[in-house]
Amino acid sequence: MIKKLGKWVDDRLPISHFWNAHLAQYYVPRNFNFWYFFGSILLTIFVIQIVTGIWLAMSYKPSASEAFNSVEYIMRDVHWGWLIRYMHSTGASFFFIAVYLHMFRGMMYGSYKKPRELIWIFGVLILLALMAEAFMGYLLPWGQMSFWGAQVIISLFGSIPYIGPDLALWIRGDYVVSDVTLNRFFALHVIALPLVLLFLIGGHIMALHEVGSNNPDGREIKNNKDEHGKPVDGIPFHPYYTVKDLLGVGVFLFLFALVIFYWPDGGGKFLEAPNFIPADPLKTPEHIAPVWYFAPHYAILRAIPDKFLGVIAMGSAILIFFFMPWIDRGMTKSIRYRSLAFKVILFSFVIAFISLGYLGTQPVSYWHTLFARIFTVIYFGFFVALFVVSRVEKTKPVPERLT
Amino acid sequence: MIRAFVFVIANLLGISTVLASGGDGVPLKHVDVNFSDKAALYRGAETYLARCATCHSAKYMRYGRVATDLKLNKNQLAALLPPGAKPGSEMMGFMSEDYAKETFGVVPPDLSLIARVKGADWLYTYLTSFYADPTKRWGVNNAVFPDVGMPDVFAAEQGVLQPVYTDVKLPDGSIDKRLSHLEGPLVPGSMSPAEFDHTVKDLVSFMVYMSEPAKMQRMTYGPYVLIFILIFMVLLYLVKKEYWRDIKKVPDND
Repeated sequence: MIKKLGKWVDDRLPISHFWNAHLAQYYVPRNFNFWYFFGSILLTIFVIQIVTGIWLAMSYKPSASEAFNSVEYIMRDVHWGWLIRYMHSTGASFFFIAVYLHMFRGMMYGSYKKPRELIWIFGVLILLALMAEAFMGYLLPWGQMSFWGAQVIISLFGSIPYIGPDLALWIRGDYVVSDVTLNRFFALHVIALPLVLLFLIGGHIMALHEVGSNNPDGREIKNNKDEHGKPVDGIPFHPYYTVKDLLGVGVFLFLFALVIFYWPDGGGKFLEAPNFIPADPLKTPEHIAPVWYFAPHYAILRAIPDKFLGVIAMGSAILIFFFMPWIDRGMTKSIRYRSLAFKVILFSFVIAFISLGYLGTQPVSYWHTLFARIFTVIYFGFFVALFVVSRVEKTKPVPERLT
Repeated sequence: MIRAFVFVIANLLGISTVLASGGDGVPLKHVDVNFSDKAALYRGAETYLARCATCHSAKYMRYGRVATDLKLNKNQLAALLPPGAKPGSEMMGFMSEDYAKETFGVVPPDLSLIARVKGADWLYTYLTSFYADPTKRWGVNNAVFPDVGMPDVFAAEQGVLQPVYTDVKLPDGSIDKRLSHLEGPLVPGSMSPAEFDHTVKDLVSFMVYMSEPAKMQRMTYGPYVLIFILIFMVLLYLVKKEYWRDIKKVPDND
């Protein structure tokens, strides 16, 4: 009976086709390592954010007079509200940790290279949408940092020649960040951007499943097939990687719960202390620092003496990733078989990124600015160096079979 | 590669240890807040209502919630409730805003979340660092909150501490008096220093609790959630191992 019903549905809806094409008969390299857990972890976080977000929206009030109160109401009076709120706020930080590690994996193993350029471009679009999503979400608690952070970031648009001031006004809907801004950010945060993210994630995965996954060796498994047309170094995603990724998700959940229950403010990084003061348009905080995941970009912005050029540099720091597939001109994908020069520049880039992240949260001083400038040069220098190194580097031979 | 990951995490943790400092470079005194000592929290609540609540509100906190979290019986809750308040009432200040504005110039800030903004150490240092300063309106100043607008509400218990100043030479050659440290009161307070210290520590503990009552639940449920996920992880590991048994590494084929 159930079987018959199943067949009836399957004749009318491509369920088994989908199952086979993307899971049971979708072949994946068998040598994925630690760095390949983050895709499924990111998907898990996305679902967590959507579900907790729905429940938060049930008790949150997007108005300048009620927003802060309603968040405290969720934290104190709503049953399990504190858990849902901490899951959402911690989820935001974990989202970025996982995204940055996921991108680093792509850079290490050359996963942006032909034929995966579109997967990478979808990925950078996801990063941009995620940044917008996080920025707008951060305004919603309506604390001092929410308010002044938004004030500073939106004012950056005002530095664009000619259209800037009008553009900033258009974004805010007011001359300062206000109730109007809060309301529209809420709409964008809970409806528009999650939809955009959903479509982009769909495109990212569709493009991935069209060409198949790269792997730590950077050798295409499709080039080596057996007599049945199956890649000899490939294994079906289900059950092998479903069980392996579930284990990865389990480890993630453990760390996630550890933070939620014992360290929800992340030492003042995930939830900043000044944000427990309600937004006050008349009182500027002593030190306005962005949330940690925007800190590297903020440090680049401050490193440039001219505001508008700083905005361009900050934007370029993200947009330059779109061109990665063409900046890297090498034929060898994986760091395992690339030159020492490549390893050195990639490692320098990581150091620069982390250091800028630290500097972006610090008050301005002579030394901080000097170091921010040095690391900004290293940050952009990486892409220049990669363009050269990838053409002239001497690589090691890639083995016939995956290791 | 694992090492690189650990490096990244270590750096993320490293940047999070930003130390809070008091004004004038006065070092903060550390206080341990222990949520399992319900009696201490109750004493803190009593002190809070007797001293702080006369002027300050804690509008996000309800009396009934304090009773539930601290496992108070009916009489203990009744002792906390001001006249006219119900268990569901919010802990509003007892002073009218108009009167407060007349007396202090401002409405004293709401204290519900103050411990999350300032931290326990700052509160503890602040409450114990009032000192005599006849130039100020209430005759006192504070070592971590210079020119504070609040009177020393514990003057009778602690006694009024005396400031010791040192001369600091400024770059232009002039001499500036800076607060160096505080000395014991000329007239001892009604409490011994140890007794007073306990009272303030209990009060700070209560204020930390008040800033995040959910911390009680976090601490209660945390271990169970973690153990549950740990068991889940072990099972997943065994499942993964079983499935992956037939995937062997290909030996070097030439």
